[in-house]
Amino acid sequence: MLTAEDKKLIQQIWGKLGGAEEEIGAETLWRMFHSYPPTKTYFPHFDLSPGSDQIRGHGKKVVAALGTAIKNLDNLSQALSELSNLHAYNLRVDPFLAQCLQVVLATRLGKEYSPEVHSAVDKFMSAVASVLAEKYR
Amino acid sequence: MVHWTAEEKQLISGLWGRLSVEECGAEALARLLIVYPWTQRFFGDFGNLSSPTAIIGNPKVRAHGRKVLTSFGEAIKNLDNLKGTYSQLSELHCDKLHVDPENFRLLGDILVIVLATHFTKDFTPACQATWQKLVGVVAHALARKYH
Repeated sequence: MLTAEDKKLIQQIWGKLGGAEEEIGAETLWRMFHSYPPTKTYFPHFDLSPGSDQIRGHGKKVVAALGTAIKNLDNLSQALSELSNLHAYNLRVDPFLAQCLQVVLATRLGKEYSPEVHSAVDKFMSAVASVLAEKYR
Repeated sequence: MVHWTAEEKQLISGLWGRLSVEECGAEALARLLIVYPWTQRFFGDFGNLSSPTAIIGNPKVRAHGRKVLTSFGEAIKNLDNLKGTYSQLSELHCDKLHVDPENFRLLGDILVIVLATHFTKDFTPACQATWQKLVGVVAHALARKYH
């Protein structure tokens, strides 16, 4: 469960990204494909070369969805309901995207990515994963 | 046996040469205890773990973090024999410490994030991929002697 403090930290950190959503999304996906090659199996239809427009476009979508989630921390289930359907039937929720997003945030924020922020983001991503997996069975 | 390319070995030793084992070890262990509080159960005699500040400042946490990362250093010197390097530690973690190997994976992921905060832009995707592979292999070697 996200505490009030967790929510505040998450919103603060998100606020610091200032318009870099598309890059952050693209980089997160790129790192995920490189650190966890099996994740590529879900994107056989994508051009996965460096700078791919599809990776950029998709990264932007993913981060936008996370942004929506962050604006609706008190009601993640409803906010992500549609995405839950998609992930339940077509995808697979693993911790790899969350790990890569954290690494991207950490490389951009350095020491500001404190243990408290790390903890809050980790809890948030767990909550998102949980909601996305809701419709599996 | 795990195969390491010359580039991977370079990415590992290059980063390793630039980090403080004491600082990174302490930070990684502290973050493990903060982000995944159930791991505190293994450190009952460490004293005050009541808040992130207490954990970060706890001298036993710092000392143990340094120990853990020093052991990592051994792995890096023996990339071609990780199983052998970690054989005894694996038995120890199973028989004496009763640590669920899932926690090795968690610590590995946290170490990667700590490296990201320290090296920022230098922690490139290729760097991350290599280090994710390393922490995964170490976790596997540590779990190998479980029964």
